[in-house]
Amino acid sequence: MSFIGKSIQRIDAVSKVNGSAKFIDDYYFDSMLYARIFRAPVPRGRIKNLDLSAAEKLAGIKGIFTAKDIPGANIVPVVEKDQPLLADEVFNFAGEAIAIVVADDPDIAEEGVSLIKLDYEELPSILTIEDSINKTVPDICSKPDNIFSHYKIRKGDFEKGFKSSDISFEEEYKTGYQEHAYLETQGMIAVPNPEKTITVYGSMQCPFYVQEGVSEITGYPLSDVRIIHTTTGGAFGGKEDVPSIIAGFASVPAVILNKPVKMVFDRAEDIMTTSKRHPAWIKFKTGFSKAGKLLAIKVEFYFNAGAYSTLTPIVLWRGLVHAMGPYACDNIHIDAYAVATNTVPCGAFRGFGTPQVIFACETQMDIAAEKLNLSPIDLRQINILKVGDSTGTSHDLDESVGLEKSLHLAADGIDWKNKFIPPSEKTGRKRRGVGISTLFYGVGLGAKGGMLRRAGAFIQVYRDGSVNVAVGTTEMGQGSNTVFAQLTAEALGCSPDNVTILPIDTSRVPDSGPTVASRSTVMTGNAIRNAADQIKHYLLLGASELSGKPEEAIELIDGRVLTAGNELKISFIDVVEHCFNQRYHLTSQGWFKAPSTSWDDDTGLGNAYFIYSFVTNTAEVEVDIETGEVEVLNLVSAEDFGQPINPKMAEGQIEGGVIQGMGYGIMENLYSEKGIFINPGFSTYLIPTTMDVPLVKPIIVNEGYSKGPYKAKGLGECPLMGVAPAITNAIYNATGIRVREIPALPELIIKQKKE
Amino acid sequence: MEHTIKLKVNGISYDVRVQSKRSLLSVLRDDLGYIGVKEGCGAGECGACTIIMDGKAINSCMVLAVEADGSEILTIEGLSDGDNLHPIQKQFIEKGAIQCGFCTPGMILTTYEFLKRNPDPTEDEIKVAISGNLCRCTGYVQIIEAITAAAKEMKSNKEQ
Repeated sequence: MSFIGKSIQRIDAVSKVNGSAKFIDDYYFDSMLYARIFRAPVPRGRIKNLDLSAAEKLAGIKGIFTAKDIPGANIVPVVEKDQPLLADEVFNFAGEAIAIVVADDPDIAEEGVSLIKLDYEELPSILTIEDSINKTVPDICSKPDNIFSHYKIRKGDFEKGFKSSDISFEEEYKTGYQEHAYLETQGMIAVPNPEKTITVYGSMQCPFYVQEGVSEITGYPLSDVRIIHTTTGGAFGGKEDVPSIIAGFASVPAVILNKPVKMVFDRAEDIMTTSKRHPAWIKFKTGFSKAGKLLAIKVEFYFNAGAYSTLTPIVLWRGLVHAMGPYACDNIHIDAYAVATNTVPCGAFRGFGTPQVIFACETQMDIAAEKLNLSPIDLRQINILKVGDSTGTSHDLDESVGLEKSLHLAADGIDWKNKFIPPSEKTGRKRRGVGISTLFYGVGLGAKGGMLRRAGAFIQVYRDGSVNVAVGTTEMGQGSNTVFAQLTAEALGCSPDNVTILPIDTSRVPDSGPTVASRSTVMTGNAIRNAADQIKHYLLLGASELSGKPEEAIELIDGRVLTAGNELKISFIDVVEHCFNQRYHLTSQGWFKAPSTSWDDDTGLGNAYFIYSFVTNTAEVEVDIETGEVEVLNLVSAEDFGQPINPKMAEGQIEGGVIQGMGYGIMENLYSEKGIFINPGFSTYLIPTTMDVPLVKPIIVNEGYSKGPYKAKGLGECPLMGVAPAITNAIYNATGIRVREIPALPELIIKQKKE
Repeated sequence: MEHTIKLKVNGISYDVRVQSKRSLLSVLRDDLGYIGVKEGCGAGECGACTIIMDGKAINSCMVLAVEADGSEILTIEGLSDGDNLHPIQKQFIEKGAIQCGFCTPGMILTTYEFLKRNPDPTEDEIKVAISGNLCRCTGYVQIIEAITAAAKEMKSNKEQ
């Protein structure tokens, strides 16, 4: 293979170092207007009167739009259609949008927002998971009992499993919000065209979601809504569902005023009003034999969904499927609930419902290891999934399980043998310790993915041998376009330098589902291969005709034409030219449908995902036991995501994800007062800076997947998910202080120490 | 109130009419078209809008345009010599220090000013120097590697 496993330079690198890369706020259109949003001031209320008169009189205001002005349906379509673009009559969280104010410049629009007077009756609200479960206010959402979703797993007989266990114990865990903190805030520009069509440009993960959203809001058919992806400054799940809302804010005024409208959020607005990682409350019980075999698992967990369901049902389902961890266990009983509160709707964030349950599960394993007098490595060695094992949902794994390898590589990477010393033997104010966590992760959308489990690609070879590729999944910094160029070059036999990945445009490729779930490499990668194979057929025919050698004997590699390893005098470009002269079709549509999965809602069993990636994280920390401050010294992450396409970029994904995971575990905390976030900025919501970053050691464990493109699986989310429990287990190993809540801020550690 | 200010940006002189309240960031982007200057927070907390003003790396969102009257400014657009990238830019590419790219211009310009002051930095000094520039993608590892390599390259270029 020429380009698989090669760390070629990012194809978008030059534009990103010289300032020419155009993010959405860098686009300007003639006579473009600017939108700002008037929002609900308290968590729940009934709108009695909205007085727009003062705002409308302000010079420069071009229009103010409320629910009644929406030309199509007042709906943000995600899984359910329960969220309006603009609140009508009742609003359900503080910060919910009520009116769009449009002006010649953003400052005037902002001033217009400040002049709107809302007369409202405040309604009783629910702000916490506990109050939602207890129904302190009934019926705050579209579903009965304040529960958006409930999923379960019923496997074996958990009561019998606990009876036959030598030890069993139950603990409670809490996890907090996490804000994506992509450096580029949300933004869209809607441009109306003649003949009542609309083009929307913007920062997003999922152009086809936005297309559906704009179609609903404008009433235009999908064919007349064109979405074009612009360079996206980070997303991490935060630009999965939210961009449909931003696009709605731009599109409503754009079609009514017939002018381009730019809607770019400011930082505080972005943090206060867009989706977050779901806070969770988890009750976790595990039972083991004396020898350390996991015999029974019972979990009950609740996600705080916020006021609308958005992506919550599938976030919850993914949490359910992964809640028991990467262990073989015959008796499992899990109930997963997503409950409504009058807070910002939560949505997708790298890991998608799993970091919460992984934190609980991996802390349980750490507690169990101590109770069983086993090392955390040995306990995992006994229970982790290997080829031939069955997952918690009874998926028999027949290939590509690199967990055991990753376990030992991550342990060696942190020098576990020498550093794992019981906390009782540690003294002094600053104490060091190591911790570990293991995880598995279903690649792609899984059995609940429905019609979205598909991807398309379009390839066109030009007469000079240059190649255009259009795909339906987006580059947001993770490097997918570079991976796609490598896959195209490998499959066609040209150089990646000749491949241009076009900006994603919904008019060019069929709905390829969302850019989420670590699915791009497998899904779009396979679609590219499918498209390339069709062209390759003609290229080989052409090469055969030109060279007189049989097709089967010809190889195309990196622009060269070879037989039996010998380079012929003709090149890729000669072959392309010949194909053009013969009028062979060097344009193709590729398609890929995800391998099959299965699921039974009554038992919670089935082949939930077509393949899984596996990770072991280890951490070394130093804890100041007087102040509770934690310094992370070392983080090791050994990850099996199949064949790496570009190892250098894969390492970059691992390093970045691991640091986000560290932030989630010990730093990042959104404070809320009366349902309103009070720290919506980077000086108060603290994400890791260079001063927080430890030594990070990424280790690639390559266990190929037969159906992946060149045996690749998925990587994007894996690095983040298990870092928090590796760190909190290391905190225990350093101090004997058990952390059951994240973020593990110093004050929490001191509180736990006192208990 | 409106003022006419003089700016020299990447060697080009401008007279610009600006209102008192406007930030230098906004004038560079919206009036003069230097879109490589990025707004990440508008509050001096992320470093994405870093430019070099009279030799110092500053957050352009925290400076009023009128305060910059008469100053010389370098933005990311002015760092390379045509297609010939500056060693810092080259090393950011080489070491994989770029993912989404939104923090990159500010990160590179902070580095540029820092390496002028400290051409032979330790890793700890590099970390302190760019601690005001947030990156959410890379975990900073490859950025620190890139800066280390750029310092070496610039030093050896000078010695030649």
